[in-house]
Amino acid sequence: MCLAIPGKIIKINKDKSAIVDFGGVKRSVQLTLLPVAKLGDYVIVHAGFAIQKLKQKDAETTLSILQKAFNN
Amino acid sequence: MISQLSTQNSKLNIMEVCGTHTMSIARHGLKKLLPPTVNLISGPGCPICVTPVEYIDLAIQLSSINDVIVTTFGDMYNVPGSKSNMAKEHAKGSDIRIVYSSHDSLDIAEYNPKKEVVFLGVGFETTSPTIAATILAAKQRKIENFSVLPMFKVIPPALKEILNIKERKIDAFLLPGHVSTIIGSKPYDFISRDYGIPGVISGFEPQDILNSVDMIIAQIKSNRAKIEIQYKRSVEPSGNKTAQNILKKVYKIVDSNWRGIGKMPKSGMTLNKDFEEFDASKRFKLKVKKAPEPKGCLCGKVLLGLKAPKDCALFGNACTPGDPIGPCMVSSEGTCAAEYKYG
Ligand code: SF4
Repeated sequence: MCLAIPGKIIKINKDKSAIVDFGGVKRSVQLTLLPVAKLGDYVIVHAGFAIQKLKQKDAETTLSILQKAFNN
Repeated sequence: MISQLSTQNSKLNIMEVCGTHTMSIARHGLKKLLPPTVNLISGPGCPICVTPVEYIDLAIQLSSINDVIVTTFGDMYNVPGSKSNMAKEHAKGSDIRIVYSSHDSLDIAEYNPKKEVVFLGVGFETTSPTIAATILAAKQRKIENFSVLPMFKVIPPALKEILNIKERKIDAFLLPGHVSTIIGSKPYDFISRDYGIPGVISGFEPQDILNSVDMIIAQIKSNRAKIEIQYKRSVEPSGNKTAQNILKKVYKIVDSNWRGIGKMPKSGMTLNKDFEEFDASKRFKLKVKKAPEPKGCLCGKVLLGLKAPKDCALFGNACTPGDPIGPCMVSSEGTCAAEYKYG
């Protein structure tokens, strides 16, 4: 249940929520727990909330592993 | 890297605390990659598995009240209470909705002003801040028909209880990655300081876990005991301060009942005085009735690392993922479910 998935912030809304792109799937994510997150940042998202920033390289590695797992 | 792993003589018992680790280890067959001297034992870190029977019963009680919509994470849907579960109640006509985020429940409450929306608030420190943030948002947005049935658990005190068990066989901990993203590494310091036991905060990919086991073995070989972070890309020693502040603002620490294990001091969180109005157990004046665990289920001992799923006489016979008896078989992150599927 504590799984969290990395994605890239592609839009920040006025109400402090964001649109995050998870390798093609886009979802609305709350930034309340990570107010420092900015447009273009990679973040780890758990249950609809960004909980930590990630380096782009790390995010891409994790995303490609997850994608492989889902395709299997 | 595997070749660098332990070749010492005696067995090294490492408890992976987190259910997501248990699943990753099972799915990728990591136990087979490790030397026979390394023994991975699952811990109490599946929030669904440790949510008491009474809680499910309360949730069912709520769902039977007219004009109440119960919202929940999907993992809770099939967990057995003493007589029924959410899925069966839903089939019978109760308004029970699975949400991806606690925030979705707020929107449901806004769209249904004449109904009461109750979110089932379970989880560890990864999840509890997201629900705390939702409660803050409910207060800000003045959404009065929203509440939470709280049953939040805190990981470090549970580890302390495990360390205090006389017959425990744990030499090291593989500590949870995303709980630690929130709380940091410091709350675990007592493990190495007071018990002389190493702990490594690990990520969830197979390489992360093997790497972390390697770091544990290096500590043991050089007679060190420290809390180290393998999952540096997500965990800082001080954690996520904003999330910690939100936790402090909304909740207070309480003793908490863990399914199959019992009450552990200071191992839970519930809404504090300032946010009591959002506590569904108070709003609906719910009364908890003691409920027995299913007969023969060893989940409690499994969660403490004292028994393996196959020690349970019901494993694979009376108890399967299709027809589970205990929570360790229901939850996809449960030790029994992982063992059944991949064991
Ligand atoms: S096999 Fe089923 S009954 Fe036995 S401990 Fe696991 S969940 Fe409980």
